[in-house]
Amino acid sequence: MEPFIRHKGLLAPIDRPNVDTDAIIPKQYLKSIKRTGFGPNLFDDWRYLDPGGLDIDNATRRRNPDFVLNQPRYQGASILLARENFGCGSSREHAVWALHDAGFRAVIAPSYADIFYSNCFKNGLLPVTLDATEVDRLFREVEATPGYELEVDLEARTVTTPDGAVLRFDIDDFRRETLLKGLDDIGLTLEKQDRIRAYEQRRRREAPWLFADTARGAG
Amino acid sequence: MSGKTLYDKLWDAHVVDTDGNGTSLLYIDRHLVHEVTSPQAFEGLRLAGRKPWRVDANLAVPDHNVPTTDRSRGVSDPISRAQLEALDRNCREFGIREFAMNDVRQGIVHIIGPEQGATLPGMTVVCGDSHTPTNGALGALAFGIGTSEVEHVLATQCLVLKKSKNMRVYVDGHVAPGITAKDIVLAIIGEIGTAGGTGYTIEFAGEAIRNLSMEGRMTVCNMAIEAGARSGIIAVDERTIDYVRGRPMAPGGELWDGAVEAWRDLHSDPDAAFDREVHIDAGAIAPQVTWGTSPGMVLPVDAAVPDPQQESDPVRASGMRRALEYMDLAPGTPLMDIRIDKVFIGSCTNARIEDLRAAAQQVRGRRVADSVRLAMVVPGSGLVKKQAEDEGLDRVFLEAGFEWREPGCSMCLAMNADRLEPGERCASTSNRNFEGRQGQGGRTHLVSPAMAAAAAVHGHFVDIRQTAGAA
Ligand code: SF4
Repeated sequence: MEPFIRHKGLLAPIDRPNVDTDAIIPKQYLKSIKRTGFGPNLFDDWRYLDPGGLDIDNATRRRNPDFVLNQPRYQGASILLARENFGCGSSREHAVWALHDAGFRAVIAPSYADIFYSNCFKNGLLPVTLDATEVDRLFREVEATPGYELEVDLEARTVTTPDGAVLRFDIDDFRRETLLKGLDDIGLTLEKQDRIRAYEQRRRREAPWLFADTARGAG
Repeated sequence: MSGKTLYDKLWDAHVVDTDGNGTSLLYIDRHLVHEVTSPQAFEGLRLAGRKPWRVDANLAVPDHNVPTTDRSRGVSDPISRAQLEALDRNCREFGIREFAMNDVRQGIVHIIGPEQGATLPGMTVVCGDSHTPTNGALGALAFGIGTSEVEHVLATQCLVLKKSKNMRVYVDGHVAPGITAKDIVLAIIGEIGTAGGTGYTIEFAGEAIRNLSMEGRMTVCNMAIEAGARSGIIAVDERTIDYVRGRPMAPGGELWDGAVEAWRDLHSDPDAAFDREVHIDAGAIAPQVTWGTSPGMVLPVDAAVPDPQQESDPVRASGMRRALEYMDLAPGTPLMDIRIDKVFIGSCTNARIEDLRAAAQQVRGRRVADSVRLAMVVPGSGLVKKQAEDEGLDRVFLEAGFEWREPGCSMCLAMNADRLEPGERCASTSNRNFEGRQGQGGRTHLVSPAMAAAAAVHGHFVDIRQTAGAA
């Protein structure tokens, strides 16, 4: 996995609470069997005025000039500023793939939905949690200041604003570690395969019904 | 030392390993798979040259993309077809058991697990889908995961997780006649909010929960995620054990007796401590209708659309304003005056047999209102469909002017051909009223099956406590 250590980039605001993963990437794109290519359809229903789909060329569609990410000043943004409960709803990891594919490396919000939050770490996207008053302040500043850039430092657990203010954030040690090093989760777990086998042996004795084979009752 | 919660017990029994900073390696007993969130996981296995750790722990079923009309000619949308074929191919290649589209046991993944006995009390159950807590109604620890985690479970039979906090939602007393599990869970979400359960596992308890059928309990647990909780559970009782007995994949003989003995311990100890407890008075719950674009935007059917000007929190007020604009509703409009264009009875929340019975009771001998363009019933599985047909429910719906479809997710998320057109308004028994969820520009009102069916007949929402057939 792609590591994240620190990143400096343009901030773009999505000023509404409870942004769900259906809004981040609508259902029609979930028919793709790939992990890439979702970027142009990030926030699709907001970004375009006409309907889209995997079989429709996005270049031929009408863009919604009012949608914040379509505004010239936010082109090239790589950090997303959001409100509470960001990424709620469906577990679709496509939402994280779409953000990443569209060039985002970090999200900043006061809170996230659990599944979205853990999906971020599997894809090198850093979800930074700041408290609501700090997020408010960033909303005010980014809207008032074209070219507003932040520096997000995972090693130091800080976000630095253009005027040098340093905002600290908390993050779980294990998650920070895997993201800093870009470690392969599955590889790490497989280093413990003897323990998994020992656990299975014990459970097969204690609770054999848990190992019911799905091929049973197969008819 | 205080006792353990049900969640503590399920968690502790599945810990393979813990590290110093509160992260555990948790063993997964059952992995359910559908076509949308699995292709990239199987591809990941292939690229890394890995094999499933325990093939017989997996069960796959296509549901999101399947057509709900005549399937004899296959799937006409080539993109959906490719995804469905990818699941068939992956299951064949890796030796995973699948109920394919034309198998009578096919249906929505969260309905299939309990129905087949693939989900058992005391198990950890995961699926690349946020409504996996449905399975928690059986006293299993069930939660949704992302595609990278699907790959992780396939490869290792484990997940790396942090334990969540314990919340208990008590629903005390008895509900009024006509009030269903759906109304209970919508009322809970209205109370604690769509992020109220974030970071928690919610145990649903109390007399009104105990009195629910297993189907009703599944409806409640299904929507735990809509309150932000990754998992929802209900303690095992005789009703749970009766439900599991004799299911195709449930244990038999001596194995059954041992299992039942262990399952009887699957409840929170009397002295267990919860990080948060919430009490809801069942008797005060009215039929619920959502008015906005988040499941927490919900009110009793006899209320009116709220006014954002009365909301003091500016972020919430602007969210309300946006929702009302999207829903094309004016503050102060009585919910019962809202006219609907379509009715959808289905989804993993409300497409089990008792849901279809409750809906049928409202439409028996009546007709869908002329102003309603489409009213459809999509059973949750082939077996639910068959049972409903054996009971004659299909006739009741068809004679009233409903369409009677093949099982699948259908208009819950509109990945197949079933969808709302821009501006259309729907009474839906599904679980999400997000913008565009049922079709771009579509407007969703979440309700119970009986409320959806009654709305179909009247062309607008009605209070089923006051109309005949609410018994
Ligand atoms: S019925 Fe709806 S919520 Fe349930 S699994 Fe299917 S798409 Fe998801």
